[in-house]
Amino acid sequence: MAEANRKIAFICSKGDLDMAYPALIMGWAALGNGIDVTLFFTFWGLDLVTKKRVDRLEIAPVANTSFKMSMMGLPTGNLGIPNIMGIIPGMTAFASWFMKTKMKALGVPPVREYLQMLSDGGAKMYGCKMTVDMFGIKKEDFLPCIESVVTASDFIDMTEGAQIIFI
Amino acid sequence: MLADLTAIAFNEEGFMTDPSQWTKEIAEVLAKQEGLETLTPEHWKIIDFCRQAGLASGKSPTLRQITTGTGISTKDLFALFPKGPAKKVAKIAGLGKPEGCV
Repeated sequence: MAEANRKIAFICSKGDLDMAYPALIMGWAALGNGIDVTLFFTFWGLDLVTKKRVDRLEIAPVANTSFKMSMMGLPTGNLGIPNIMGIIPGMTAFASWFMKTKMKALGVPPVREYLQMLSDGGAKMYGCKMTVDMFGIKKEDFLPCIESVVTASDFIDMTEGAQIIFI
Repeated sequence: MLADLTAIAFNEEGFMTDPSQWTKEIAEVLAKQEGLETLTPEHWKIIDFCRQAGLASGKSPTLRQITTGTGISTKDLFALFPKGPAKKVAKIAGLGKPEGCV
């Protein structure tokens, strides 16, 4: 089968709730189709695989031009949440809760569980050495799905022949 | 004696187009084509679940629906149907390509 050796690697650099999902969804689809999957977490992306942060990922309505009120079922068309409202305490928590509710309704698992599914499905996951050093993150701070902390050069070596997607 | 597939309709991706043509004997032949020499009771548990879910909804269940529906872990599912369980299970169960993303 031509697909047998296809490899995909995701570089996850964002720690927002909405930016956590693209690699998880595509990585899971790739595993389901027999493709080798590697995830490399760098910078804010390390939030996704850090025990203290993974269940507290958020999406902020401030300066988020895609966040329309119509997503909440209000007939407001292209009207977004005004930035002045976005700065009200609790708005980010509300938006995060809202997105989590929507995802749950679609049967999409929370990030922690999704990572475990990918890990069980054979995905390899690594942390970025430079960011880990900069943020002062320790091995025990990571979820068990993280195999090790590697340098950028290691990542380039281990993804030879892979299609690389930067998120 | 292997089942004869000449009368079975497949689409260009190798999925059966008429789930009512499916039999257990056909599943065994399809499994061999997918590299699975023998189907164990664990395999059948998954295939039977997919048949039920697929015929009830008209769609192949997703991997997550399979693990939650059968109680078989993700690790075991990937071990039972190595190299791409999503398409393999659907093909062997005589269903279409799974449409869900999770």
